[in-house]
Amino acid sequence: MTDTLIKMQNVDKFFGDFQALKNINLEVKRGERIVICGPSGSGKSTLIRCINRLEKHNNGHIFIAGKELTDQVKDIDAVRREVGMVFQSFNLFPHMTIVKNLMLAQRLVRKIKKPEAHKTAMHFLERVKIAEQADKYPVQLSGGQQQRVAIARALCMKPEIILFDEPTSALDPEMINEVLEVMTDLAKEGMTMICVTHEMGFARSVADRIIFMDEGEIVEEAVPEEFFDNPKNERTKQFLSQILTH
Amino acid sequence: MDLTLITESVPKILSGIGITFQLMLLSAILGLILAVILLLMRLSGKWYLSWPAQIHIYIFRGTPILVQIFIIYYGLPQFEFVRDSIFWPILREPFGCAVVALTLNTGAYVCEILRGGVLGVDHGILEAGSALGLSAQQKFIYLTTPIAARIALPAYSNDFISLMKATSLASTITLMDMTGIARTIVAQTFAPYEIFISLAIIYMILTWVIQKTFGRIEKYLSHYVNP
Repeated sequence: MTDTLIKMQNVDKFFGDFQALKNINLEVKRGERIVICGPSGSGKSTLIRCINRLEKHNNGHIFIAGKELTDQVKDIDAVRREVGMVFQSFNLFPHMTIVKNLMLAQRLVRKIKKPEAHKTAMHFLERVKIAEQADKYPVQLSGGQQQRVAIARALCMKPEIILFDEPTSALDPEMINEVLEVMTDLAKEGMTMICVTHEMGFARSVADRIIFMDEGEIVEEAVPEEFFDNPKNERTKQFLSQILTH
Repeated sequence: MDLTLITESVPKILSGIGITFQLMLLSAILGLILAVILLLMRLSGKWYLSWPAQIHIYIFRGTPILVQIFIIYYGLPQFEFVRDSIFWPILREPFGCAVVALTLNTGAYVCEILRGGVLGVDHGILEAGSALGLSAQQKFIYLTTPIAARIALPAYSNDFISLMKATSLASTITLMDMTGIARTIVAQTFAPYEIFISLAIIYMILTWVIQKTFGRIEKYLSHYVNP
């Protein structure tokens, strides 16, 4: 039980009449790397956004490190401290320098003193190979650099798990690799991650499990070799043929 | 065009600039405080806070400021409870009435300007704040406020200039600001052109100074957009 980090039980999510998630059951163990893929509108982003309560699930239960996610503000804050998130559009704080982007939540949420927060920030900026940009503003950085900063910002909070919501979808092609490299390094170091992505090369080499979603449901769940070489479900086959042929 | 009349009357008009400045700065500061309070009421999501704020805004944007000044100066003293209240020392004086009217008016406008700034903050930035564990208050203070301030500033500087010009209406309730003094001189000299054109030029110079000042603040607040 202790090494189950995330557990979703019969989770439903509605946007008005539209059901975005249908009876989702998912368990993620500590250290596991999960890739979620599927056509657009299939509920992939909604699923991971429910895990840190950016979306509120309507039915079912979500447990994070054994604690259930409820309406209680205290619970939500506790969960968010353990769950890092990286967004498609980076979402850096535009009015703060890079290093201050990394220090803000450390100071406000973790109550870490300024010199200590700065040290941690610089440590993670070095890890994503961008320390020399510490005093610039986000707008001065390329998309790939901004996304690496966003990953470092999430790491500064020392989360148990990081959620990636299509982290390379907004990037120019030549910048995708620098971000995937950082993510691959993280995976090698044993970080638990759930990653919504269309980067199938990354999925194949990094994921412990690949989850295929369509129309709000988990359609197929398999280890990469099986998923790519021997998909069971018709919809999975169709999806794979669409994205792998060109 | 009587040039000597102009050179003689401009210094007299300028002796009222102190009152103009006092009206402008007091109302601007109090109005900004009021605007922030109204804004928080509007954004609270609670109807019993949001409605009064919206009613205030509707009334003070929906009526001419001159009428508001008259109501406060001539109308309120009719009521005994106003004369008995702690506000009477303020409402008894035309200066107090003018400041109250200008504050209530500019507060309503500035609230809407600030709201536009708040709504202009990219939602994704706030989500990133949530995901990092920031509370609603922390997001408002550290993310929304600085970003919204930059977005709202050009519209705010516009309102500040309007307020500066609106101070001239205080002359209608006997205040001797620049306009009040100019009107007195015109009544004595029967030379409306020279006096009022001089007055207009002084207001234009003031506007220019305000514009330049806000331009600097804008540049400062935008340092992260064009570093």
